[in-house]
Amino acid sequence: MSSVRTAPGPEGTAPRSPARGQSRRPRQRSLDRGDRLFLTVVVGIPLLALLFFVWLPALASIGLSFTNWDGLALADMRWVGFDNYKEIFTNYPPFWPAVEHNVLWLLFTALLPTPFGVFLAYQLDRKLRFTRIYQTAIFMPMVLSLAVVGFIWEIIYNPDTGLLNGVIGAASSGSHIDWLGDPHLNLWAVLVASGWRHSGYIMILYLAGLKGFDPALKEAAALDGAGGRQTFFRVVLPALKPVNIIILVVTVMESLRAFDIVYVLGGGTGSKPGMQLLSLLISDNIIGESSHIGYGSALAVILLLVSLAAIATFLVQTFRKEDQ
Amino acid sequence: MTLQSRTPWTLQGPSRRKVVQGLLGASAAALAAPALAACGSGAAADPKQVTFGSNGADATPKKAYAALTDAFQKDSKLTVKTNTVDHDTFSNNISTYLQGTPEDVFTWYAGYRMQYFAKKGLATPIDDVWDKIGSGFSDATKQLSRGEDGKFYFVPLYNYPWAVFYRKSVFKKYGYEVPANWSQFTALAKQMKKDGLSPIASGYGASDNWSILGAFDYLNLRANGYDFHMSLMRGKVAWTDKRVARAIDLWREIAPYYQTGAAGRSWQDAAQSLLDKKSGMAIIGLFLGQQVTDDSLRSDIDFFPFPEIDPAYGQDAVEAPTDGFMLSRRPKNLDGAKKFAEFLGSAKAENVYGGVDPSNVAVNSGADTSSYNALQKKSAALIAGAKQITQFADRDSDPGFISTVIEPGFAEWLSHPDDGSALLKKIESQRSHFFTA
Repeated sequence: MSSVRTAPGPEGTAPRSPARGQSRRPRQRSLDRGDRLFLTVVVGIPLLALLFFVWLPALASIGLSFTNWDGLALADMRWVGFDNYKEIFTNYPPFWPAVEHNVLWLLFTALLPTPFGVFLAYQLDRKLRFTRIYQTAIFMPMVLSLAVVGFIWEIIYNPDTGLLNGVIGAASSGSHIDWLGDPHLNLWAVLVASGWRHSGYIMILYLAGLKGFDPALKEAAALDGAGGRQTFFRVVLPALKPVNIIILVVTVMESLRAFDIVYVLGGGTGSKPGMQLLSLLISDNIIGESSHIGYGSALAVILLLVSLAAIATFLVQTFRKEDQ
Repeated sequence: MTLQSRTPWTLQGPSRRKVVQGLLGASAAALAAPALAACGSGAAADPKQVTFGSNGADATPKKAYAALTDAFQKDSKLTVKTNTVDHDTFSNNISTYLQGTPEDVFTWYAGYRMQYFAKKGLATPIDDVWDKIGSGFSDATKQLSRGEDGKFYFVPLYNYPWAVFYRKSVFKKYGYEVPANWSQFTALAKQMKKDGLSPIASGYGASDNWSILGAFDYLNLRANGYDFHMSLMRGKVAWTDKRVARAIDLWREIAPYYQTGAAGRSWQDAAQSLLDKKSGMAIIGLFLGQQVTDDSLRSDIDFFPFPEIDPAYGQDAVEAPTDGFMLSRRPKNLDGAKKFAEFLGSAKAENVYGGVDPSNVAVNSGADTSSYNALQKKSAALIAGAKQITQFADRDSDPGFISTVIEPGFAEWLSHPDDGSALLKKIESQRSHFFTA
């Protein structure tokens, strides 16, 4: 912030507000016109951007979700009330599988790659040899765009020439394992690819937390006779609560917005059997030549509600604990 | 993604950029629509210039379109200003594009996808152009270029047939004969399996699940005829109709002969397995030739039309997707645009285009075919002899219906091909959602 301080100007309201502020907090005197202008800009522009780019589209989606519209002429827009929602819940074959897959995605990510990332961070923090190399290697996927991650796994999963089938000897005809084609298998294949990237992310976050961890606590635990596992669960984990919260938030967010890697591995528009996700269904309905803006918006609103519910629950829980 | 957004001439993988562009396009459309209704014939037109929106962003089509515009400029003394957009982006943003300030003439596809925009008033009828170019085209092609109102909206440039491709040397080695009807076809597939081949090469993984539609189109056309197929595609017949169930039943007969692991393979890998003599046949388009890198191999490739199922319909229909041009709703230079369209529909334009990009077949009967290779010649003959020409499922029908309902439905069914009634019920429940307007 600019540190230029001018004396309270003679004009208009300027002398009043410092005077009023003085009675409670003398430091407010420094909020002269320049500062206020600066604050207005700093707060105002993001606020406007937030309203325009986040809330306006969100509200527009809610409005559009009650219509039937092909996205061409405004005159063709028809108000249909809750029809879109009724259709989605009762007569949209990919919807319930998509919900199921989203939940599965959240559970899988929370139960496997996230703890694994924490585990890696904990191990790498113990000054192993070549720890830098391990860190870099594990973090590498995070540096790549998810689209690139998708292409890498596409090569690994290819049924004829893929690395995986080559290694386990399932490439010969007749014994194919169709990793990305088999509807009972492909979601898990994608989850592994996504987890591969997610673990690195979590590891770096946790490692950052561990770097700031007071080693004296560990020493004290060791003196009290705590083993490695006890030290971790009783001392380190509770002490790193802020990091844990960030990791939980990141995990939930990543699961709800899961989209790109499935889009890449599933080949774009048109959800693949076994790989439907809410976010994909939205793009299926909105992108392309014959778009169903209303239907897609209704799906988007459903995802918004689910996200809000998850986030709200989480925040309430967190702050309630904080207050105690 | 549909076939057209992934026609053989653009084979990039999907990218996030595309998604973002699509989303931006959709939201831009939502925001811009009211404003656009107000404006319209804005900027003053330059009578000496025609603008051309092209989706031929890949090297070969780009060069070929440039040759076309150059030839036109020389003939007409008009200048053509070309705006080239990546193929997939062009298709995904087409509605926004046509409502905004589109170029006077733009590249597009025949069939329902053309008629959809014609019906929405986003294209200019060009009956007067057809009065001049009409003599060069067959009746089937004329039919393809008309909107639902009977007016012409489309100028065709090239097409390519779908058929059953095979390697001559493989057929010779095992003593196979080209099957003419369904029982011979299934018997051949059975024999191939016995001989250790994958009878029908198949790859509909990732973004390629449009490639399974070729088989369905032909099964339905052969078993139920052109009229029924088109009604089905246009959403006018129930998918639970007995005749559709029959097509699915026929499909079930050959499903066991499909190459395994098809749902995870690209069409290119499937085509490669045919070239590598691991598969016996492939139901695919002429663009299969793109997989051929060694020209000596090309002469070993041949095809036969999809076998007859019901003698009443024989092998009348040929699936031959046609690419060409349309005029936007309010061209800035209407006269120039019509002149350009007239040129694009001429035999000369076909020759110019084909001289640069020989991977398909000219539509104009006056086009010079002397430089065609054997496959091109056979393709041209097959199309010329057709009583009806279809485009492709995702061009003859609502592309959204095809890509979000039919393709995933068929793909799921093919992994466990049962009697299909559950599949058809599921599809039918979605039909009205797409075909009400």
